[in-house]
Amino acid sequence: MQNPTSVAEVKKHVRVYVVVFVALAALTLITVSASTFEVSTTAHIAIALFIAVVKGSLVASYFMHLISERKVIFGVLIITVIFFAGLLLLPVSDLSLHGSTTDVP
Amino acid sequence: MQIPYTVTARPDTGVVNAKLGTWLFLASEVMLFGALFSSYIFLRVGASEWPHGADILNVPVGTFNTLVLIGSSVTMVMSWASLKLSSFNRYRVYMGLTILLALVFLVVKSFEYNEKFSHHLFPETSTYLAIYFTLTGLHALHVIGGVIVNSYFWGPGSKMWKSEPERFTNRVEVAGLYWHFVDLVWIFLFPVLYLL
Repeated sequence: MQNPTSVAEVKKHVRVYVVVFVALAALTLITVSASTFEVSTTAHIAIALFIAVVKGSLVASYFMHLISERKVIFGVLIITVIFFAGLLLLPVSDLSLHGSTTDVP
Repeated sequence: MQIPYTVTARPDTGVVNAKLGTWLFLASEVMLFGALFSSYIFLRVGASEWPHGADILNVPVGTFNTLVLIGSSVTMVMSWASLKLSSFNRYRVYMGLTILLALVFLVVKSFEYNEKFSHHLFPETSTYLAIYFTLTGLHALHVIGGVIVNSYFWGPGSKMWKSEPERFTNRVEVAGLYWHFVDLVWIFLFPVLYLL
C-alpha cells in the first residue's frame, strides 16, 4: 500500500475500517437469514457465495489495502487467481467426464 | 547481516521486501486451502446426497465466531493505524484485543469440537465431517500461528518500536496481511460448511 502519511489521512482510513466492519457484520447476518429462505439448493449456494465474495472483497480491499496496492502485488495475485480457478475447475471437469463418485454419507 | 529494504520500498518492486514476501506466502496458502476446497467440491458434487450443515453444526455459534474473527480483523488493522498515528499505547490495546478475540474463537471452536466428539461424531463418521474437521482444523492451526506471531509483536517484539519505529510498523502491517487472510478463509468456510 502507498501508506497514508498524514495524521488526517490515517484518521480517514480508521473511519473506513469501522464502516467496513459494520458492513461485514451486517452481511454475515444477511447470509445466515438468507440460508433460511425456501429456495433451491443452487440458489442457496449462489446467494451464500455471492455474499462471501462481497465480504472477501471488502476485507482484501480495505483491511489488506489492496485498493491502493502496487502493481507487483497484483501480478502475484493474478497468477494466484488463475491457478486457484484451475484448481476449483479440476473436479468439475473430472465429474463431467466420469460422472458421480461413489455415494458418500 | 543487514536485511535490505525493510523500511524503504525496493526501487524495482515499489514495496518493502517483507510485504512482497508475505504476499507470495499468502499465494501459497491460497493454493493450500484451494486444494481442500477443490476436494470439497469434488466430494460434494459427486455425492448423490449431502447433509445440510445446519442439521449437524450449531449455526448461532458459528455466526458468533464469524463476528469474533471479523472483529479481530478490525482491531488488527486499528493496531497498525495506531502505530501510524505514533500511539504505541493504543497499539498495545488493539493488538491485545486481536489476540484476545483470536483466543475466544479458538475456545468456541474447541467447545464445538468437544460437542461433536461427545455425540460420537468424528472425522471417520462421514465424508462431510471428515472435510469439516480437516478444513476447520487447518484453519484453527492458522489462527494459533497468528496468535503466536501477534503475541510476539505485542510483547518482546514491540521493543523495536523504540529503536526502529517504521520497521516495526511495517512488521505489524505484514502480520496483519496474514491475519486478514485467516479471516478471509473463514468468511468462505462458514457458509460452505454451516449453511449450505
